Amino acid sequence: MATNNEKHWDKTKGLLMVTLAIWAIFSMGIFLFGAQMNEVTGPFGYPLTYWFTCQGSLAIFVILIFWFANRQEKIDEEFGFSERGED
Amino acid sequence: MFRGNFIDNLPKIYGIYTGGFIAFIILMAIGEQMGMTKDAIGICFVGFTIFIYAAIGWLSRTAQASNYYVAGRQVPTVFNGMATAADWMSGASFVAMAGGIYFKGYGYMALLVGWTGGYVLVATLLAPYLRKFGCYTVPDFVGTRYNGNGARLMAVIVLTVASFTYVTAQITATGRIASVALNLEFEIAVYVGLASILLCSMLGGMRGVTWTQVAQYIVLIIAYLLPVFWISNNIGAGFFPHFMLADEVARIGELEEQFGFVKNSKEALATLPEWKKLAGITKAHSEVNATPWQFISLALAMMMGTASLPHVMMRYFTTPSVKAARKSVGWSVFFIFLLYSSAPMLATLSKLALIDPDLPTGIIGRSIAEVQALDWYQNWNQAKLMVVQDFDGDGILQLNELFMNGDAVVLATPEIAGLPYVISGLVAAGGLAAAMSTADGLILAIANAISHDVYYKMIDPRAETAKRLVVARVLLFVFGVAGASMAALQLTGILGAVIWAFDFAMSGLFWPLVLGIWWKRANKEGAIAGMALGLISGTAYLVYMETGGTAILGIVSNTFGILGSTVSLIAMVVVSLMTSKPDAATQKMVDNARVPAGASIISGQK
Repeated sequence: MATNNEKHWDKTKGLLMVTLAIWAIFSMGIFLFGAQMNEVTGPFGYPLTYWFTCQGSLAIFVILIFWFANRQEKIDEEFGFSERGED
Repeated sequence: MFRGNFIDNLPKIYGIYTGGFIAFIILMAIGEQMGMTKDAIGICFVGFTIFIYAAIGWLSRTAQASNYYVAGRQVPTVFNGMATAADWMSGASFVAMAGGIYFKGYGYMALLVGWTGGYVLVATLLAPYLRKFGCYTVPDFVGTRYNGNGARLMAVIVLTVASFTYVTAQITATGRIASVALNLEFEIAVYVGLASILLCSMLGGMRGVTWTQVAQYIVLIIAYLLPVFWISNNIGAGFFPHFMLADEVARIGELEEQFGFVKNSKEALATLPEWKKLAGITKAHSEVNATPWQFISLALAMMMGTASLPHVMMRYFTTPSVKAARKSVGWSVFFIFLLYSSAPMLATLSKLALIDPDLPTGIIGRSIAEVQALDWYQNWNQAKLMVVQDFDGDGILQLNELFMNGDAVVLATPEIAGLPYVISGLVAAGGLAAAMSTADGLILAIANAISHDVYYKMIDPRAETAKRLVVARVLLFVFGVAGASMAALQLTGILGAVIWAFDFAMSGLFWPLVLGIWWKRANKEGAIAGMALGLISGTAYLVYMETGGTAILGIVSNTFGILGSTVSLIAMVVVSLMTSKPDAATQKMVDNARVPAGASIISGQK
C-alpha cells in the first residue's frame, strides 16, 4: 500500500515528465528540422524556424512554467500539502 | 501617502519611480533641444541612475542575517520575477546578445532559446525544493544534503569559478559603457563601475540587491524597448515591430543576395587595426546556417547552465513560500521574454538601417570618405569599436569592408539610425543597469558562499551575526576588486566569458543539485566525485580546445559543459553506487524536501 507521500511524489513525477517532454520538443526537438522548417512561412510572415527562435519557443516556455506551477499546486492540495498564506 | 508596510506599498513605490524616470527622460530630451551637449546628457543619465541605486542600497541597509542573505524571505512573486530578470539579463543579454545575433545569425539565436528554456528546468527540478530546504546559499544545500564539509567546499569552488568568470564579463561591460558615456579610459572606467556596484550591495546584502534590481529592471527594459519601437516607426517598418518585421527580414535576405558575402583574404584582414573582436557581416540573417547539433548543443548547454548558476537560484530563496518560488520562476521568464523577443528585432532594424541603400541612414554603397566624415562613425571609431577599410580601393563602401565590435551594436544603433542623442544616453543607462544588476548578484553569491559556508559553517560556527556580516562585506569588496582587475586586462569579450561561465556551472553543479532531490541514493562520495571530475574534465577540454584541439563529437569551446556535465553524471552515479547509501536521516530529509508544506529543513535560518 503506497503512503500518501508516495502517491503525491508519483503524481509529481508524472507532471515533471510531461513538462520536460514539452520542453524538450520546443527547445531541441524542432530544431533537428531547422533547415526544412525554415522553408515554411510561420506566424506574422516570418520564416518558421526563425520565428520559433525569437518568439515561439520563448512564449511557450513562459506559458509552460505557469501551467506547471498551477498543476503542481493542484497536486499539492489534493494530498493536503498546500501551504498556508498567500503568495 | 504610504500607509501599511513597505511590501504592501511596492506597486505604488515602483509606479512613482517609473513615472519619475520617464519624466527624467523627457527633461533630458528638452535639455537636448535647448543645447545640452552629448557629454552632459551621458553624464546625467549615468549619474542620475547610479545615484538612485545607491540611495536604494542605503535605505535597505541591514544588520540581520536573514535580511542580508535572503532579503527576509518576503519578496512577492512578481517583484522577485523582475529582480530575477535584472539579475539574469546581464551586459551579455543587453549589450552583446543582439550583436551576436547580428553577426552570427541563427547559430547564436540558440542563446535566446537556451537562456529562457533553462527556466523550465529551474521551475520543475530545483527552485521549489531548494526553497523548501531553507538554505541561504547553494553550497548550503549541497553541504546539508550530502552532509559534510567536503561537498560544501567543493560546491563553493565550482560556484566561485563560474561566478567569477561571469562577473569579470559584467565589470567589462560596465567599464565599456562608462568609458563611452563618461569619456573615461577603459582601465579607469571599470573601477568607476565597480564602485557603483558595491554601493548597491555592501550595506543591504540581498535585501539591497533585490530592491535595486527591481529598479534596474525598469530602467533596462525601457531603454531596450524604446529604441526598437522608435526605429521601427521611423523607417516605416510598422508600429509594433515584433509582429511586423517579416518584410524587413526578407529585405535583408534580398540585400545579402545582392551584395553577396565576399570572403576577405588574410592579407586584407591583416590591414585592419588590431582592436579586439572586430567582426564583419558574413552570415545570413534569417537562414538556418548552423547544423542542428551546433544549435541544439549550444541551447542545451545554456539551459543546463541556467539551472546551475547560483546567483539565479538564490533569488528563489527570497520568496515567502514554495509555491511562490514556482510562480516567481514564471514571472522571471515573462520579464526576460519581453527583452529577448526584442533582441532579434533590434538586430534586424539595426542591420537594415545600416546596409539598406534606400534608407537615408544606409552606408553601404556610399563613398568611404563620406562615411568616415559621419559624426557617429568618428565617435565609435575613436572608441575602437568600428572601422571601415577600402580593400578593393574603389572608394565605395562594400558590405565586406565594414567592421564592428559585436558589443557596440546595441549601444551604437540609436545614433546610426539617427535618433536624438537622449536615446543613446538612455541605452547607456540601460546597459549599465543590466551589467550592474548581474554583477551585484554574482559578487554577492560568491561572498555569501564564502562567508556563510566557509567562514561560518566550517571555520567559526560560533561567530556572532555582526562578525559574520563584516566578513561577508569584506569578501564582497575583495572579490569586486579582483573582478575589476581581471576586467581591466580585457582577456575575453563579454559574450564569450558569459557562455563559459554557464559551462563551468553546469559541469560542476547541475547533476549534484538535481540528483540531490530526484535520486535518494545519491550520496556524499558521489556528489564530491561528480563536482570535482565534472569541473576538471570540463576545464581540461576547454584548455584543449583553446590551444587548437579538434572538436570531439562537435563539442566546441562554447559548449564544453556538455562534456563536463556528462563526466559529472557518470562519476556521480558510479561512485554513489560503489559506496554505501545515505543514512536514514538524509533519506528522510529528501522526503521532507519533496513536500511543500511544513517548516524549512535547515532550522534557524528562517
